[in-house]
Amino acid sequence: MAADKVDPIHQFHIIKLVPINIGGYDLSFTNSALFMVATVVVAAAFLFLTTSSRSLIPGRLQSVSEMAYEFVGNMLRDAAGTQGMKFFPFVFSLFMFVLVANLLGLFPYFFTVTSHIIVTFGLAALVIGTVVVYGFMKHGLGFLKLFVPHGVPVFLLPLVVLIEIISFVSRPVSLSVRLFANMLAGHITLKVFSGFVVSLSALGAVGVAGSVLPLAMAVALTALELLVAFLQAYVFAVLTCMYLNDALHPGH
Amino acid sequence: MFVTSAFAQESAPSADTSHATTGGDTHSGTGVPAEAHGAFPPFDPATFPSQLLWLAITFGLFYLFLKRVVVPRVGGIIDVRNDRISQDLDQASKLKGEADAAVAAYEQELAEAKKNANSIGQQAADAAKAEAETARKKIEAALDEKLGEAEARISSIKANAMKEVGSIAEDTASAIVEALVGGKASKAEIAAAVKSVAR
Repeated sequence: MAADKVDPIHQFHIIKLVPINIGGYDLSFTNSALFMVATVVVAAAFLFLTTSSRSLIPGRLQSVSEMAYEFVGNMLRDAAGTQGMKFFPFVFSLFMFVLVANLLGLFPYFFTVTSHIIVTFGLAALVIGTVVVYGFMKHGLGFLKLFVPHGVPVFLLPLVVLIEIISFVSRPVSLSVRLFANMLAGHITLKVFSGFVVSLSALGAVGVAGSVLPLAMAVALTALELLVAFLQAYVFAVLTCMYLNDALHPGH
Repeated sequence: MFVTSAFAQESAPSADTSHATTGGDTHSGTGVPAEAHGAFPPFDPATFPSQLLWLAITFGLFYLFLKRVVVPRVGGIIDVRNDRISQDLDQASKLKGEADAAVAAYEQELAEAKKNANSIGQQAADAAKAEAETARKKIEAALDEKLGEAEARISSIKANAMKEVGSIAEDTASAIVEALVGGKASKAEIAAAVKSVAR
């Protein structure tokens, strides 16, 4: 069992809690699903309960909720203008979901929902799907102007259009991989350094003394991961805003 | 949605090939269910349907909750606060306007009062000057009168004295004539002589 504790990959395993199998698909309620539910419940409860008094002069927790709201609101308004505000609930949910999932993942023994590529890719595909669907609904074929920038010489146009298309198609990939890789790498590093503490301590007095170094490292990394948790949620939300701006104003 | 399938085809096999060998032996002793075997867990396609489903359920509910409840509520709180602040600012500027008007009215009244005070002072000064002038004139007139009287008295006294000087001269002349000549000169002669000398 000691080997399990040090295994840095162990924390990413999916464990079935309630096996569900429908039409040949494994749709079990897993630890991942449990932590998705936890993320949603924690985020929703925080936002709901801290604002329940609707104080004119906010308390500390209500300020936190309002800050998150205005932070995302300003982000979206800066990137996509006032028309973009119709996507505010969407961007706000994305930001809160990713942020709370990242933060919950920092607790020991907790599962990190965003460390699975399929989750981050699902969210990224949702963003790009929204951009594509809304873009075509709003502008029809005019949405394709997104791939044809103004003022480009005609002989360069095919090349530029190709590059634009590739960059557009790689957006969901980069959006999802960035978040996933950050969380995965951070948690593996954290686990490895914490594992050093455990294995060194098993070596007696010298080992305990020597384990101070990886312990300090683990503390520092935890602080860094806290920063990364915020930063990646912010980056995800900002990029979402910029992509939504493309759907609103495809002509650059 | 074409993106999803393209990515799944691209990523899933590469994940399998790169991690299948390392994943196999790490899992053997961890007691993880058999479904997760053989792959680095985040790239194990066997978990994808379940994770996508639960992500859709949880995120969908979260989105609806935020859209229906949280966003209107927090937006409402912030709007009410902004309204209140702008209302308070309006009231403050209104009160400031009132205060400014009061100050202006006060200053105007002060200026008027100053003007009134000046004119009253001027009038009082004029009246006092006029009174002083009349009083001075009256006193001057009285003094002139007294001066006139005094001059008249002096002139009458002088006339009397001159008259008496004549009789004294006559007496003295008669006494001198008597002493020198030894005879008595008549009064009329002496008076004529004095008169001629005094002339």
